[in-house]
Amino acid sequence: MESPVLKTENFCAFFGANQILKNISLEVTRNKLTAMMGPSGCGKTTLVRCINRMHELIPNATVSGRMLLQGEDIYAMNPILARRKIGMVFQRPNPFPTMNIYDNVIAGYKLNGIRIDKAGLDGIVEESLRKAALWNEVKDNLYKKGTFLSGGQQQRLCIARALAMKPEIMLLDEPTSALDPKSTAHIEELMIELKQTVTIILVTHNIAQAARTSDFTAFIYLGELVEFGPTKKLFTVPQDKRTEEYLTGKFG
Amino acid sequence: MQRDKFLFRLLKDRLFKTAVSIFSFCSILPLVFILFYITKNGIAVINWQFLTQLPKPVGESGGGISNAIVGTLMLLVVACTLAVPLGISAGIYLAEHKTGKLSYLVRLCVEILHGIPSIVIGIIAYVWIVKPLRTFSAFSGGIALAIMMLPVIVRTAEETLKLIPETLKEASLALGVPYYKTILKVVVPAGLSGLVTGIILSIARVAGETAPLLFTAFGNPFMNLNLFKPVNSLPLLVFNYAASPYPEWHGLAWGASLVLVVFVLLLNFFAKFMTKKWKVRF
Repeated sequence: MESPVLKTENFCAFFGANQILKNISLEVTRNKLTAMMGPSGCGKTTLVRCINRMHELIPNATVSGRMLLQGEDIYAMNPILARRKIGMVFQRPNPFPTMNIYDNVIAGYKLNGIRIDKAGLDGIVEESLRKAALWNEVKDNLYKKGTFLSGGQQQRLCIARALAMKPEIMLLDEPTSALDPKSTAHIEELMIELKQTVTIILVTHNIAQAARTSDFTAFIYLGELVEFGPTKKLFTVPQDKRTEEYLTGKFG
Repeated sequence: MQRDKFLFRLLKDRLFKTAVSIFSFCSILPLVFILFYITKNGIAVINWQFLTQLPKPVGESGGGISNAIVGTLMLLVVACTLAVPLGISAGIYLAEHKTGKLSYLVRLCVEILHGIPSIVIGIIAYVWIVKPLRTFSAFSGGIALAIMMLPVIVRTAEETLKLIPETLKEASLALGVPYYKTILKVVVPAGLSGLVTGIILSIARVAGETAPLLFTAFGNPFMNLNLFKPVNSLPLLVFNYAASPYPEWHGLAWGASLVLVVFVLLLNFFAKFMTKKWKVRF
């Protein structure tokens, strides 16, 4: 079997004395979509924010355990370099309001002062927007402000912005929770297409969304990884009673 | 009986509404009268010579206020050079650290500084700068004005930057952009209109200050471009000439008042315009 892109070993996260994640150990497979599912406040968002080291930006936040990206310890890396290798898309679309669409896509290069010639940048912009299924809608308006797009388009712009950095892994933190059903469907289609080429971790509290899009599912409850496995298996024959109860709507 | 009570209440209601409208209208009047009076008295002396020539000695008619206009601009440039970087930095710190000892202390001190009488600031600048340098100067006047500008800039910068969504900062950090670049290239540009508005309003606030300049810039009947020599400024000129016994000088003082008021009004309009024009949509 191929080595996992991301691997956590006994990973714990804290806010002060409050333990948010308890001994999470899991492996994320290359070019698959892994869904983190669980009720609100279970720690799934904290887990993905630990992957790109955004968790530690909050005062008093600490972690323990190991988190390996391609076998390299993320917590031994420079956090800034780690974040460049790990793309993230947030709950609410957050394109940069002062930049046009073109600059938003290459924001990762521009803000970091990475110099590439114009032709190279043009290529990155087109490729990223095509991958994010936004090219056809915006190709004539590349120099308009990103904030004039609709919510769903803005979110795809944010996906393009993350893709432009050619990340090893993409973290999508409830990317559809602020969107209408039509835009949600669009983003879900996009995720299924993207996982051919990118490893994706999707945080969702929507059971149906996890079932529709993911290859593997992790069920997290009260900071514990209750069950982790292929989505089909987890949804049809859950091993843990809590998973079964969550899937059948007894709580959550 | 019942009907009378009802009528009385209705009357009270009407009376209150009328009173509020009349009083609010009254608050427009001072500005209108000031503008009217200053324009009426000042407009007669304003012409090209008035803006470009130096004041004439007593007894000669004509003359201008070019030394005061240049002096005021010099003072404002010195003040901005000092107060803008300091104030914006403090504003960034306060917006980024909503709690904490240093934030609490900075907020408290800035608030108190705002309330310190301008004459006191003038005296302090005199003791600190004029005495050691042994000369009145544009430099010391600029420092006094900078101290007065600082609280306005800090507060507006803090308020502006606080309104910028946290998600924007996260978006930048998640792309691997270092913290300082996130602040300088994402957060500050998003709040630029507010920051510039704050700076302009603080300039408008100090442009007409006289008291802090009495012991610092001191005034000067001649043109001076040396930062370390006394300079004249518009409010100082008004203060000195209006108190003189010569009608020619009174005319100059009226004209200088008009120039000052128009300058401040333009700054205010410009600030309003900027807030609208540069507003960033999130």
